[in-house]
Amino acid sequence: MTRRLARLAGHLDIKVLVVALVVVSIGPALAASPPPPGAASCSGCHAMYGTASSAIPSIHGRDAGEIMDAMTAFHNGTRPATVMGRIAKGFSDDELRLIAAWLAEQK
Amino acid sequence: MTVVAPAIAQVRPRVVVIGGGFGGVSCARTLHMLDSKLDVTLVEPNRIFTACPRSNEVIAGDRAIEAQQFGYDKVVAGGVRMATQAATKIDAATGNVSLADGTTLGYDRLVLSPGIDLRFDALQGYDEAAAARMPHAWKAGEQTLLLRRQLEAMDDGGLVVISVPANPYRCPPGPYERASLIAHYLKTNKPRSKLIILDSKDAFSKQRLFQQAWQELYPGLVEWVGLSQGGKVTSVDAATNMLVTEFDKHKADVANVLPPQRAGQIAAIAGVTDRSGWCPIDPVTFESRQVPNIHVIGDACIGGGMPKSAFSANAQAKACASAIVSLLAGSAPSVPKLINTCYSLVAPDYGISIAGVYQPKNGLLSDMEGAGGTSPLDAPLAFRNQEALYARAWFDTITGEVFG
Repeated sequence: MTRRLARLAGHLDIKVLVVALVVVSIGPALAASPPPPGAASCSGCHAMYGTASSAIPSIHGRDAGEIMDAMTAFHNGTRPATVMGRIAKGFSDDELRLIAAWLAEQK
Repeated sequence: MTVVAPAIAQVRPRVVVIGGGFGGVSCARTLHMLDSKLDVTLVEPNRIFTACPRSNEVIAGDRAIEAQQFGYDKVVAGGVRMATQAATKIDAATGNVSLADGTTLGYDRLVLSPGIDLRFDALQGYDEAAAARMPHAWKAGEQTLLLRRQLEAMDDGGLVVISVPANPYRCPPGPYERASLIAHYLKTNKPRSKLIILDSKDAFSKQRLFQQAWQELYPGLVEWVGLSQGGKVTSVDAATNMLVTEFDKHKADVANVLPPQRAGQIAAIAGVTDRSGWCPIDPVTFESRQVPNIHVIGDACIGGGMPKSAFSANAQAKACASAIVSLLAGSAPSVPKLINTCYSLVAPDYGISIAGVYQPKNGLLSDMEGAGGTSPLDAPLAFRNQEALYARAWFDTITGEVFG
């Protein structure tokens, strides 16, 4: 134990110090960045770790700009769709940007 | 250092999730994924889950029941502890769940995803014994196979009757998909037969799309009798396979009776059901309006505009898990936005869909105006083919996410 630590131990309860060290060594929880509103629903159809064989394309880990362009086109009705046009209309541009950015992070 | 480890272990917040279906498993896994320090236990007595979506294809003879079945091995391998027991009692005051084997699980937050119970006290003559003769097949498994066997055994020229309850019930378009796929089976194998739907309501999910398809694909085979035409079944007699409506009697060769429903029993035991038999919740956190620290998701909750579907349960589970992680960390949960998409098959390669986007409004999850809705009425066949493909792909995706 260094002299500095010994001096500290003299002032502090040693147990408190040990607990503090343990907490530091564990660090922050290994949490995934929380999905913005709406984003968690996507993986109901679009597989998070998509297989090439699915009729529904994988969107997680795709480029955010590409997702945003597609969603904007679905929203405006300029891209043909079965269900995505109906879903895209429920989201604003700001919401879509956050969703696209989060999806792009999920690799 | 080893001395202090137990002290830290004790402060791991404990979350117990009851119900191993689409909602419960999704919630338990999302909780673990969002914060691996949480102590998450999933309580489910069955070792195998039999999925309801696509079970109508089993009834129609197009699919094996085994394709509907999933185990929990990967859920456990992914870090969720599992108690393969039925929950028998909930003490909300002390935060404890009692299990059938006598053990007790303490919780800081409890999630109930118990699905539905069929009400065997709501339709005169329809109790559990009657269900062995007149299957409901509204919980997938043996009942699904029973209805399948009855259809196979029926002579050509027979009468199939499906009785449908008033809202709310599990899977609003489900009875009509079932009628469609049974009609497809009859048209192909027993073309002199007939199918009557006796309905306790005057309007139903994707109604125009279903009725258009019936006219196109099964003319003269399917007849729908709505409430105002006397479609409400008031009693049944299992001994004679008779369904009695206000004005009429129908003696069926195969009778499929969908009785009224309520939240799974454990919800009532926990005190989270209201007089309707379902569970009022806060639309941001899914916390019960009646009992603090208990959250309810899936078919059992009053989801406002959201239908009782596997898709909804999965989406709600993820939003609920996020809210619980925030609450346990002492921060304010963010306001969720949810999506639902439900596919129905009216023939094996003919699919239709309904979708919705939902957000909390006036204390409920409300359908966003201008978004969602059904497939177009005037779509070409290629569109229907595509949606049938998506219906199957959806099932593979969601079961992969939940159980894979």
